[in-house]
Amino acid sequence: MSKQRFGQTPSQTVGPFFHFGLPYENDNNLIVGDAQGQRIVVEGRVIDGQGEPVPDCMLEIWQANAAGKYDHPEDTQDKSVDRGFHGFGRCSTDKDGIFRFHTVKPGAVPGPGNTLQAPHLVTFVFGRGMLKQLLTRIYFEDEAHNVNDPVLGLVPNARRSTLIAGKTGPATYKLDIVLQGNGETVFFDY
Amino acid sequence: MADVIPYNREEKSAQPPSLYMPYKSTEFRAPKQPLVILPHTLSEVTGPVYGHGRVLPIDADLTKQHAGEPLGERIVVSGKVLDENGRPVSNTLVEVWQCNAAGRYIHARDQHPAPLDPNFSGAGRVVTDAEGNYKFTTIKPGAYPWRNHPNAWRPAHIHFSLFGPSFINRLVTQMYFPGDPLFAFDPIYQGIPDVKARERMVSRFDMDTTVPEWALGYKFDIVLRGRNATPMED
Ligand SMILES: [Fe+2]
Repeated sequence: MSKQRFGQTPSQTVGPFFHFGLPYENDNNLIVGDAQGQRIVVEGRVIDGQGEPVPDCMLEIWQANAAGKYDHPEDTQDKSVDRGFHGFGRCSTDKDGIFRFHTVKPGAVPGPGNTLQAPHLVTFVFGRGMLKQLLTRIYFEDEAHNVNDPVLGLVPNARRSTLIAGKTGPATYKLDIVLQGNGETVFFDY
Repeated sequence: MADVIPYNREEKSAQPPSLYMPYKSTEFRAPKQPLVILPHTLSEVTGPVYGHGRVLPIDADLTKQHAGEPLGERIVVSGKVLDENGRPVSNTLVEVWQCNAAGRYIHARDQHPAPLDPNFSGAGRVVTDAEGNYKFTTIKPGAYPWRNHPNAWRPAHIHFSLFGPSFINRLVTQMYFPGDPLFAFDPIYQGIPDVKARERMVSRFDMDTTVPEWALGYKFDIVLRGRNATPMED
């Protein structure tokens, strides 16, 4: 074990003018080829503590592929990486605070111990007025395994619904992200 | 699958709170409910380490992205990305963006009445080498006013975005320049609780990377979270 010698660099806000500086190929579309699994749209609106849409936010998501495999060396599961799919997406909110990702429904992934985590998107929220990013998750209402999910299990019952996207179409899921106030989204200390 | 090796947690004195009233826009954008403590799972210790798109040499030289030379003081910004244990973070994407020498962003919503520079966009990206080193050539950004409080000015800064080996390492920060008189008045800089930790965001002038007859050198090292073991050592 090595001793910690270097202090963490502090986080600072992404500011209002990030849009030209954080271009990303495929941006909010994680499908880069013939991806396996169900293609879905995940959309919603970011809302502030006064109930107003937040037009200068950026969301980033990280997710497993349809088989529940992360494209990363520390995912040692005996499953294949999907070359038609990129697990990372980035989307700025528009003038109405709306974000939208085009992706595939992730599979379940291993959790602590012998648990299984229900399909979810790890989600970071960045924005002007946010000195550091906020971490949340987006789950899907039509997944039976949500009830056994070890992370949802850490969240007070009454607040779990803030992490679960509703099904609004055959392949569309919707979840608003409320930064503060009524229906405030659960954010994680990580 | 074996349990994952967690990363260190946030260093509280070095990281800002979400609510910091001197920075007014935090008032309605900071959660009021307690955060839920999340143990790191496979979802957090993995992250986008492949396929950051094609990064070209021109992306690392912000002075060569247009037909002519941008106005301003040419600088070379370089440094190392490492973790808390001093291990270099190799092959990771570093994205930067900044205003021009007059303090104006190319962004459509920037209303500061300072001139745009037709030869400067102000965005770059680079991937760190095997030792975690990165290097950009750019021009020194200007200070600019904002509306947070009367006569509010941001110290000159370059925005930095980093990925690191896991999603938990994701960092967006700002690099400042040594001795800026605006530090004392800037609630974004002041939002970091520990005074010494604030100084980690300040680059230092460096004669070794200063290019004779060409550009001043500034060094800025970036420290991401570490962990108490690596998967290889287990
Ligand atoms: Fe800025």
